[in-house]
Amino acid sequence: MDVLFFKLAALFYFLGTLAYLTYIVFLKKAFSKGALLVVSLGFASHTAALLTRYAKAGYLPVTNLYESLSFFAWMIVGLLLIGHLKYQIQVLGAFLAPIALIFMLSALALPKEILPLAPVLKSFWHPFHVLFAFMGNAVFALAFCCGVMYLIQEHQVKTKKLGAITARLPSLKVLDDLNYRCLTLGFPLLTLGIITGAIWAEYAWGRYWGWDPKETWSLITWFLFAAQLHQRLTVGWRGRKAAIMAIAGFLAVLFTFLGVNLLLPGLHSYAKW
Amino acid sequence: MELVVIGLNHETAPLEIRERLAFQEHDLKDALWQARSLSSVKETMILSTCNRVEIYAAAHEKGKADPELKHFLSSHHGLPLDEFERNLYCLGEEEAVRHVFRVAASLDSMVKGEPQILGQIKAAYNLATESGTSGPLLNKLLHRAFHVAKRVRTETRISNSAVSVSFVAVELARKIFGSLEGKTVLLIGAGEMCELAARHLVSGGIEKVLVTNRTYGRAAALAQEFHGEPIPFEQISQGLKRADIVISSTGSSQYLLRHGQVAQILRERKQKPIFLIDIAVPRDIEPAVNDIENAYLYNMDDLQQVVNQNIKHREKEAERAEAIVSEEVVKFLHWHRSLEVTPTIIALRARFEKIRKQELEKTLSLHPHFSDRERQSLEALTSAIINKILHEPLTLLKQRGQDGVSDLYVDALQNLFKLSENPDETVAEEAKPEDASLKSE
Repeated sequence: MDVLFFKLAALFYFLGTLAYLTYIVFLKKAFSKGALLVVSLGFASHTAALLTRYAKAGYLPVTNLYESLSFFAWMIVGLLLIGHLKYQIQVLGAFLAPIALIFMLSALALPKEILPLAPVLKSFWHPFHVLFAFMGNAVFALAFCCGVMYLIQEHQVKTKKLGAITARLPSLKVLDDLNYRCLTLGFPLLTLGIITGAIWAEYAWGRYWGWDPKETWSLITWFLFAAQLHQRLTVGWRGRKAAIMAIAGFLAVLFTFLGVNLLLPGLHSYAKW
Repeated sequence: MELVVIGLNHETAPLEIRERLAFQEHDLKDALWQARSLSSVKETMILSTCNRVEIYAAAHEKGKADPELKHFLSSHHGLPLDEFERNLYCLGEEEAVRHVFRVAASLDSMVKGEPQILGQIKAAYNLATESGTSGPLLNKLLHRAFHVAKRVRTETRISNSAVSVSFVAVELARKIFGSLEGKTVLLIGAGEMCELAARHLVSGGIEKVLVTNRTYGRAAALAQEFHGEPIPFEQISQGLKRADIVISSTGSSQYLLRHGQVAQILRERKQKPIFLIDIAVPRDIEPAVNDIENAYLYNMDDLQQVVNQNIKHREKEAERAEAIVSEEVVKFLHWHRSLEVTPTIIALRARFEKIRKQELEKTLSLHPHFSDRERQSLEALTSAIINKILHEPLTLLKQRGQDGVSDLYVDALQNLFKLSENPDETVAEEAKPEDASLKSE
């Protein structure tokens, strides 16, 4: 049942991605409205998938890579809907929807059985750790999109080519503001994710910190964002530099999430498949 | 009934002529009725703007309506006809429809795609309907014209791009700052160019204007005009630190603002973005300033380049708009002509039916012993004969109605069978229901 909902959601996201891309080409309101509708349906179906799986498994379904990718995509689509409805940045969908779709499609290729919960995951702290970490990751995905759009738009303005692309992207100010907002939201979430993770590690393995690859990389990511925040507040790293940092930060997030699981051996590798 | 457009615009007539033929708003109603009461004219509407004076009319015959309308223009404005006749265009039917559609879609405007004309033409039409000088044909024409304008606006991007240097500057500022509200502009130099550019920005929502000039008095004078603040020329850095947008237009022969200075100022203001517009020739701001992060420098050529791109873009969009207009002209003409064919067919059928009934009655009265069955077969026989006879010509007529060359046939039929005294009446009747539905759109 949950997998069916999940597949349905993936289908809706696929259609939504198409609609958003069509919108960005033709700039017709009807397409962005259609995209919003389809992605909302996908989100509803995705939510149903998560809930039914939660009900069936009896624990928060973020225990393997399939579940994590699904949860990550769900968060991203949630942010997309907020960006579209609250901030009226429709083009955001053309960037976020494909990212969510890629996660969904990767998840589709992974084993989806519900297995008995590994003893190490049976913890009061584990769901909080995962929740904070993924909320932070999704916010950083949004910041990444803003960064990419900012670099494109800035290049257009600097080189005095105000053509089709300029018309399609939001103003530099809006993009930079949103990037900063993501930073101020994502950084505390990431910090909380690491802290709850450390507490959980104390229960699970008897130590708060053990320089496991996942831990090391999350710390590297944390430092990247900490540096960005610091520079922004003290010497005004905004605009281009902030955009590049947001992109670098999200790549670090991705590596911490996926690269470490797939490439480096460590305690988190139960989450490999 | 034919459509007639008679008038002149910015391309055919100089301002001196246009202003003398322009209608005053208060006497437009009278003018509408004067034109409407001309013997060959049935419906009128007058569009009078600073760029054009045009009368749209539905007339019995274009050949008669043209001189009457010309004479009306001349006598109404007290301007001898020979002074402006060569500036006039007199368009009929297809040309007239195309013209009205192009005007409404802002393709005939001085700046193609400017949005005011649609409002003006709507106001002119409303006045004509209020005054009762408009009628079914003009109603249909204008509703179609509004529809065309809407299609052009939504299906092409003709009016999306700024085509003057000042507008480009405002558009750019919006791309950088999102909105101009609460922003500060610094004018370096108190000349006319600065003033003009500033005026556009202020109307775009700029909150504060700072002015600096070598002669402090002139800075103060200009600042006062914008309720702004003059800054002594030596303290230009102070102004730069506060400004979001800088417009520079001085007569200085060398750079006033250099790379190092602007970079320093950006550091001091924590990299808050700054948009510099250098409209001075020779330039006031070192070009390398554009390489500084969060500083965006545009000079006159850059702005002009953007303008040119936009104009090119508009022309491309205008071509697409013309295609839409052509498509709609064909549709409209088809509708107009079918109107004339349909009543002709109805009248023709009625005429034949009348003859049949009369002759049948004569025969039946001579043979009162006919049974009901015999009477019925006589009915059927005569009906069949008429249908067979009419079938070919009516098919041809309907087909020609779509080709748009039905006038000849219609004319011949009207004469051959003496169909109706005034076919225009039927056209008007037929047109009404369609218009009612259009109005509620």
